[in-house]
Amino acid sequence: MAAQGEKKPVLEMVQADGADEGCVTFVLHDEDHTLGNSLRYMIMKNADVDFCGYTITHPSESKINFRIQTRGGAPATEPLRRGLNELSDVCQHVLNTFQLSVTSALLMGPRLGPPQRSCLAADPML
Amino acid sequence: MAATTTNVDEIRNRVILGEFGVKNVHTTDFPGNYPGYDDTWNMQKFQKNFRIDVVHVDESSMEFDMVGIDAAIANAFRRILLAEVPTMAIEKVFIYNNTSIVQDEVLSHRLGLIPIKADPRLFEYRNTGEESAEEEGSEIDTIQLQLKIKCSRNPRASKDSSDPRELYLNHMVYSRDIKWVPIGNQADVFADSVIGPVHDDILIAQLRPGQELDIIMHCVKGLGKDHAKFSPVATASYRLLPEITLMEPVEGEKAERLKSCFSRGVIDLEDVNGKKVAKVVNSRLDTCSREILRHDDLKNVAKIGRVRDHFIFTVESSGILQPDVLVTEAIKVLMAKCQRFINELDSTDME
Repeated sequence: MAAQGEKKPVLEMVQADGADEGCVTFVLHDEDHTLGNSLRYMIMKNADVDFCGYTITHPSESKINFRIQTRGGAPATEPLRRGLNELSDVCQHVLNTFQLSVTSALLMGPRLGPPQRSCLAADPML
Repeated sequence: MAATTTNVDEIRNRVILGEFGVKNVHTTDFPGNYPGYDDTWNMQKFQKNFRIDVVHVDESSMEFDMVGIDAAIANAFRRILLAEVPTMAIEKVFIYNNTSIVQDEVLSHRLGLIPIKADPRLFEYRNTGEESAEEEGSEIDTIQLQLKIKCSRNPRASKDSSDPRELYLNHMVYSRDIKWVPIGNQADVFADSVIGPVHDDILIAQLRPGQELDIIMHCVKGLGKDHAKFSPVATASYRLLPEITLMEPVEGEKAERLKSCFSRGVIDLEDVNGKKVAKVVNSRLDTCSREILRHDDLKNVAKIGRVRDHFIFTVESSGILQPDVLVTEAIKVLMAKCQRFINELDSTDME
């Protein structure tokens, strides 16, 4: 659920002893594959990132371990921040495109009365 | 050389449905995977290639194509539609009287699953903290509903009738019997949109003369991941666009058989110099049954694949919000998730 109290952590950073700041496991609380996989995709698209992956610690815990290893020891927070920003920009573009398409579709013909199962209706064998 | 480049493009852009398995399942277009390809993220390239075509939209369902996006992000939208777009649903049931044969807990569960027509965007989440557990709901986070009904004999029923519809009054309790009890200023705020069940013909219980229900219900805002009753969709799914390619010309009886291997409308027979020649006209209609692989002489004639970045979304609303509004909300939810962590990164940098 949304904000539950002030004390609940949102983001933690875990580093192994002796590891530089380019190898970090971020713990994203209250997240799952929804953000984990899409964010992993965006971060793997970054050429400065050597490795990016995530695991769900346990089905009964609502958090994910999100690992980033950068090339040449650059701080791992940078690709994370960039990935989040890029994913947000992607969503904004998808949202704009979607609203434009829906408005023009509704202009072409208003919502039809009876619901049509278009995927089934297209195939007369079903 | 040309042959190898097309092969690489096929690995990158198509999922191949083979006889003994599915090939090229995973996304592989990451930087460093393919020499000669620039796979780093490029917003301009994405914006140029991305498109959405709405195939169909009405009050309760919609179908649209989302093209030029990775499965990871398309799947995020689907998952959010199922589990993270909020709706209002009955959460607390106060049973003052229930003399029907439906047990209290079964009745409560049935009531909880009834879709309630109320715009969740106009409500707040109810605090779930320990100290507020017993707190009364307020006008900003709770909808109060009442179900008060008693069954009786119909005095005007004929003597020898055995039809319960004639013998009794109120013996079927429907969702239409649930009445909205506005709290605070709700009657003014929601004056133009009556709050209540989406469908008025959901059978809740059956009664017999003397049995009665006296129930107050509280609806709160919630998410599908907490309980399926909060899910705003009946279904939200996508499939990849099928692509069927004929590798060689197919004629005559073979063409007839080829046609029958696919869904109707996929293959058409054209008349060329008196011979029937098969042609793919609309591979979108195919169900990818792979019937063709049962015919030894046909299985190498057609290549069945799916376009990796072409998603055919189907969204069926439960009736609370229109399907296009649901998709819009789902996209906003993913943006809010990103923003939550961007804010957290910013605030830790400050310290």
